[in-house]
Amino acid sequence: MSTTLRETGGASAALDNDQFLTFRLASEEYAVPILRVQEIKGYSAVTPIPNAPSYIKGVMNLRGTVMPVLDLRAKFGFEATEFTKFTVIIVVNVGAKVVGLVVDGVSDVLKFDHDAIEPPPTLGGDLDTSHLTGMAKQGERLVALLDLERIVGLESLSR
Amino acid sequence: MQIDLTPFRQTFLDESVEHVAAMEEGLLSLESRPDDNELLNSIFRAAHSIKGGAGSFGFEDVAHFTHSAENLLDKLRNGEIRAERALVDLLLRATDMIKLLLAAARANEGAPGEMATLLAELDQRLAHGGAALAAPLSAGPIAVAPSAVSSAAERRVTIHFTPSTELFHTGMDPLLVLRDLASLGKIVRAELDAEQIPIFEVLEPESCHLSWTLELATEANDAALRDVFLFVEDGARLELTTANAPDTLAPPAHAASVSPAQHALPAGSAGATPVPSSAPTPAAAKRPAAAAENASIRVGVEKVDQLINLIGELVISQSMVTDVVNHFTPDRLQQLRESVLAMQRNTRDLQERVMAVRMVPIGSIFSRYPRMVRDLSGTFGKSIRLELEGEETELDKGVVEKVGDPLTHLIRNSCDHGIETREKRLAAGKSEEGVIKLSAFTEGGAVYVEISDDGGGLDTERIRRKAVEKGLMRQDDTWSDEQIHQLIFQPAFSTAEKVTDVSGRGVGMDVVKKNVEALGGTVAIHSQRGLGARFRIKLPLTLAILDGLTLSVGRQMYILPLVSIVESFRPRSESLKTVLGRGELMIVRSESLPLLRLHRIFGIDDSVQDPSKALVVVVEGDGRRVALLVDELCGQQQVVIKNLDANFRRVEGVMGATIMGDGRIALILDVPGLIRLAGVANDVALAAAS
Repeated sequence: MSTTLRETGGASAALDNDQFLTFRLASEEYAVPILRVQEIKGYSAVTPIPNAPSYIKGVMNLRGTVMPVLDLRAKFGFEATEFTKFTVIIVVNVGAKVVGLVVDGVSDVLKFDHDAIEPPPTLGGDLDTSHLTGMAKQGERLVALLDLERIVGLESLSR
Repeated sequence: MQIDLTPFRQTFLDESVEHVAAMEEGLLSLESRPDDNELLNSIFRAAHSIKGGAGSFGFEDVAHFTHSAENLLDKLRNGEIRAERALVDLLLRATDMIKLLLAAARANEGAPGEMATLLAELDQRLAHGGAALAAPLSAGPIAVAPSAVSSAAERRVTIHFTPSTELFHTGMDPLLVLRDLASLGKIVRAELDAEQIPIFEVLEPESCHLSWTLELATEANDAALRDVFLFVEDGARLELTTANAPDTLAPPAHAASVSPAQHALPAGSAGATPVPSSAPTPAAAKRPAAAAENASIRVGVEKVDQLINLIGELVISQSMVTDVVNHFTPDRLQQLRESVLAMQRNTRDLQERVMAVRMVPIGSIFSRYPRMVRDLSGTFGKSIRLELEGEETELDKGVVEKVGDPLTHLIRNSCDHGIETREKRLAAGKSEEGVIKLSAFTEGGAVYVEISDDGGGLDTERIRRKAVEKGLMRQDDTWSDEQIHQLIFQPAFSTAEKVTDVSGRGVGMDVVKKNVEALGGTVAIHSQRGLGARFRIKLPLTLAILDGLTLSVGRQMYILPLVSIVESFRPRSESLKTVLGRGELMIVRSESLPLLRLHRIFGIDDSVQDPSKALVVVVEGDGRRVALLVDELCGQQQVVIKNLDANFRRVEGVMGATIMGDGRIALILDVPGLIRLAGVANDVALAAAS
């Protein structure tokens, strides 16, 4: 009895681990592990932080918590665009910190099999893929899996 | 039934910290008042409480060591030895050891190695001290006199002990008492009287109906025996009868009984045995101010009651608002306004009271310094007196805890560099004894802590030479004395001629400044050559809430801490001068101040560019004044400080953030940080100004 329970629990945990929230940046598709996502909210005004790198939009009030907001477009060197009504902030937990990521819009919750995930490609030149944990393929879709620690991680935030 | 003792152990350890502090404080006072019996008793009681608790909770090392210290204290109390300096030194070291042992107990570690050495020293002292001075004081027929004089003093005491029926409610175990007693001598006979236990139907298992008759062969005097019962004597009956006092003419038996009504005055002194009072007096109930570094905070019931009252009022005014809103008609607008006003007032009161809960007297930190100064005067061979003033000044607990280290540095510094040697002092026509004064007071929403000494003051010339040597200033710079004095806060700046283990390595002063600034405070120096120096630390009352001025630059709002503001005005264009084409100076009443444009420092592009259309706020930080250019001032308000580094990181020039009424975030400016940010331009301006 107890064995069965534990097995089921383990299976569902593994299932959750493989689920990702995907979102769009320009024409590309990216994803973060769904367990790291706290909530998704519409874009609202942020307070800029002086002398911060350009991809740090500023800080905003998340129910009394001062949360930094990162613009992934700026972070990855996409062209800046106007924020539309689809522009959302994905609130993720990185370590003990709560960070908001501005993306063009969320698309799906997808489950990827382990076999469907490939290591990040080496593209040569000055293209840096170190902030990706891998690439997932599903049918015709190619989704880049983000390494949250590397992107919003302590190294870039707590310099 | 297994009871989890962990929380009680924690409480015991917390309380012991206070007891140790009480011992230390008592011992320090003892030097000036060696004959104060009440003082001795209070020290003794503190030690005894530690020993008792340590025994109960199984901290054997603590109990064992404290027991030896207690024995020595007992001899002091009985007047067998005198509290001369060497002895107080020893006892102070013993107090330190108890501190270490308690810390070890907290961390579940073993006792430090030095314990055995110190223990031996105590025991040796006990044997010698006792023998040396036992005679002169045993006037009268006190053959039962205590002490290790000889085994001839052994006597037989019959003890009748009937504890209060409430005994178990206080959590005391009579067995521990009996064990304690056994450690004082040999229990020859022990009888348990269970006669009083009622029949089963009416038996209350939590009441104690037992009593004991014990015959003890011991060398200890009655007072020592009574001390064993110190914690169980409330409502108890205790009779001591000396059966035989060998080789003396003492009366065959004298009884003494203590009942609650006769606490401080043990009866039975009608016999020939003067029993020193050891019962707790009201003074014992007075605890020293809570020691620092504990994560808990002691709050008076009174303060809590006030909070509950205020919450009650708040609930009432809230229901009034709800009522008006639910049945709203335009003619009730006035009523709504009044209700909201009442609620606002309640909320503000509540806020103040809640803050008051976190306020603790700064004396809890001050109390550690007399000991330090005493030790340091020994180290330096100087004679230094520390005067305390304003210990009752209240500060936020967080601030109090963090201001300890800077104060330690400054006081050490005063002892080492400030106060001169005896010879120098006498030669300068001063009294032999140097005085360091540590005082605290509240003024205008800030707390000031001052360390002043009557020593030699800062050596401006030497600091200047050193600064030139280190490239901090040029030989031909004509800086004011104040500017030069500020240099001692530079990292790695030390002018001490010899490096001592206390100060003089050049670490310290810059750390002092950094720590104080981290608290949102400032340090100022006032020094007069030959007369002494004064360090004044200005601290905010609390860390959580700040009085600030809201200002705007472009579309952004910022909060400027009120503490750092000197004045504000709209500048006239002719009072603005440029230097070297870039450095800007603002002439404010014949004083020229570097102008910092906030929009330039923070890279804001939608702000007012023309200074004569903007506003200047003169701010102070780092002991420097600068003129800060902002667009507009919007008003004064109290803000709740939120850390930026909780989710982000520290940002230079910003001490935190706060959430405004409209839900948006405003950054709180950090003036010293802004001055650092503006760094280069500022130095140019400063150099040009002087």
